[in-house]
Formats: sequence, structure tokens, C-alpha cells
Amino acid sequence: MITHPRTEELVEAVARWIDTIRPELKPRDAFLARVAVNVLGVVQRELTLGPAAEIDAVERMSGLLGHGGSFEDLTAELCAKLRAGEMDASTPGLLAALRANAQDQVAIDQPNYASAR
Amino acid sequence: MEVDIAQALARLAPALGGTGVEAAQRLSGGASMETWAFTVTGPQGPREMILRRRNGPFDEATARSTSLATEAALISAAAKVGAPVAPLIRLCEPADGLGEAHITARIGGEALGRKIVTDPKFEAVRPMLARQCGEILAQIHSASPDGIPLKRSDAAEELDRYEQVYRQSGAQRPILELAFQHLKKHAPAPVADVLLHGDFRNGNLMISPDTGVAAVLDWELSHLGDPAEDLGWLCVNSWRFGRSDRPVGGFGDYADLLAGYEQAGGVAVDLSRVRYWQALGSLKWGVMCLMMYSSYAAGAESSVERPMIGRRVSETEIDLANLLEAGL
Repeated sequence: MITHPRTEELVEAVARWIDTIRPELKPRDAFLARVAVNVLGVVQRELTLGPAAEIDAVERMSGLLGHGGSFEDLTAELCAKLRAGEMDASTPGLLAALRANAQDQVAIDQPNYASAR
Repeated sequence: MEVDIAQALARLAPALGGTGVEAAQRLSGGASMETWAFTVTGPQGPREMILRRRNGPFDEATARSTSLATEAALISAAAKVGAPVAPLIRLCEPADGLGEAHITARIGGEALGRKIVTDPKFEAVRPMLARQCGEILAQIHSASPDGIPLKRSDAAEELDRYEQVYRQSGAQRPILELAFQHLKKHAPAPVADVLLHGDFRNGNLMISPDTGVAAVLDWELSHLGDPAEDLGWLCVNSWRFGRSDRPVGGFGDYADLLAGYEQAGGVAVDLSRVRYWQALGSLKWGVMCLMMYSSYAAGAESSVERPMIGRRVSETEIDLANLLEAGL
């Protein structure tokens, strides 16, 4: 990957620029500009945190299913087993693994989200 | 059909007890529903009002939401049992030139959930809100649905409806899949239907910094069903605005909500039943986020908001994982 600049630096530069013009925008556009900055935040975090999160998710799902595979294939198999009732909330390790995957995804999507207890 | 709202409202001023209309401005609204604020002037002095109108076609038989005429009937039914509402002033007629619309009083206060949860202005009333919400829900649930065309739903039907939407989206999300199966298997025993608000949450409540809940807004998702559905929806973490330690709307505790509910004449509801509906609420919200993304992906909506909301599915996944780990 090219490093001068890195992709996430390009994304950050656009987000910063949008922030500088936000005060001049009409209310509706100012709102959408804030959303756009949040979108770029997701892109930036997916670029920096995404690869490791996917590797970890694959490892957790492989552990549950007893074999390796791609993120998509393992996710599809897990969904099929849950739908068929072959796995459920009482399956050892299931909730902890799914929770960890969700935690990594929230760290990309909404790092400040305070999850429920 | 373009309608000059300010002009139509001005013509309506005598019917609203005034001589003129000032400061008509559109507040917000989705693609098909508009909300306007305006002031009626005249011998009674200035009176602030809200116009809600639909600017497109609507079929109440197939829609999930109610017509504005039904919404008007709900507001009146809720007012009759003492629930705080923005009182209905007029259900518009075709001759009013506003299309499908109604006019209510404008109640002062704050409806933005984040402000209610964080603004120091609300510090004094915040500890009262959970109990008040319980009392108000007991009132609403005691309202008579006679003559109001409402649909009914229960946990199994809600799960079925949202599972279909989830399947159609094509998304593969293990936690949502697990939640569907778990909640289907553990549905609570049926109870007698009551009139539900259907969207009773922080964000749809007008809060006064002095007295607490001043009005319950947005009645369009009202239906008949399990009283715990409304109680649980208010506790969904997505409307706690960062205060996940305060399960009721980000401002209070379960015990106060349920005590208020019972004290005001509501049936005794187990916390586990509220938590069940809270989980179902998180699951519904997750599927709604997928739906909003889908409307973008299909080209029906182009706003940057829509795809971004798809990234809120993970918040419901972490909440559902926590609820499932706690045994709901």
C-alpha cells in the first residue's frame, strides 16, 4: 500500500475540510455534512482496524465451527446453523465469540457507543 | 401537488379562533410527512400551533402507520384518560386545502433525547421522568380503542414481520439470526391487548425542565398489543443517548418505571417481560437500520444519511449480545 500519503490520511483530509465549511452551510446541509464526516470516520477506522478485526472474527468463527474459511463463508454457515437451531444461546463459547465480533464492529462503526447492560 | 401552506393556514385562521397566521415554517419531516409550526393571531392573543400533513398518497389498510385522522382520534382518546398530549385543535377537511392533515397546540419544552439526557437544565426533573413515563403509559393503556381503526400485533407477529424484512435484505448477521430464534422460542405468555402508543421513547416525549413530561408526541405507530411492548421500547439502549447505565430512556431505572405503571393502575408487569420486549425492540431497530440502508442500495433514497444508518446495526448487535448473555 502507498504510504505518502496513506489512504486513511486522504480520508482524514476530506473530513477536516468538510468540518471547516460546515458553519457556512444551511441547516439541512450542515446536518448532512456532519453525517458525511461521520461516514469518513467509519471509512478511516475500517481501513486501520478492519483487517485485524476480520482476522479475529474469522478465528472466532472457525473456533465455533471447527474449521477455517473466509469471513463470508463462515458467517453464512454460522447463520444457517443458528437458523436451524443447531446452535443457540446455550452453545458453549457462542455468545462470547459473537459479542467480541460485535464489539470490534462497533469500534469501527460507532466507537463512542455505550452498550447496554 | 404543491400547496402554499402559509396561504392555506391564513384562510383557516377564523376556524382556528384567530384573524391571521404568522411565522409558518416547516420544522422537519420525512419524505411523506411534514411538520409545520405557526402562530395564530387574533383577539385571544398569539397561539402557537403545529400542523402535521401528508404530502402523498396513503393506504391505511396496508400501512404500518395510522392515518392522520386516526392519529387525531388517538390524541383525543389519550387526552380523555388524562395523558399529557398536544391537544387536537382541528382535523382538517378537504375544503381546508391542506390535504390529509391535523392541527394541534404547540407544547413548549425539549424533545431532543440527547439534550434531555445531558443538558444540566433537566437535572431537576430527570429523576422523576421514569416514574412519570410509567404513570403515563398506564393511562394510555387504559384508553378506549373503540371506534379507532387500529391493527393488533404480538411478539410472534412482530418477529415474523421483521424476520421477513431481514431475509429480504440479504444481510447475514449471526446475532440478529440468534435473536430471532431465541425470542421466537421464549415468547411470553399472551396477555389481554391494550391500546399502545407504539413509539414511546426518549425523542418522542416533550419534556419541560420544570414539570417533566409535558406531551407524548408521534402517535402514528399506535396499535393494540402487549403492554410490555411500550415499556420495553422505552428501555431500548439506542434511545439512552450514551447513558446506558440508566435503562429507562437514559434518564431512569426500571423499578421507578414499573412502580409508576402499577401505581397509576397498570397491570403488574415482570421486569423479565420488559427485558424481553427491550431485546425485541433492539432487534427491530437493527432490522429498521438494514431497511434504511436497503432503500439507499435500491436507489429509492440518495441521502448520505441512509447508508450511514446501516452502520448502526452493530449497536443493536452488541446490545442484543449483552441481553442474551444476561439471560435477557
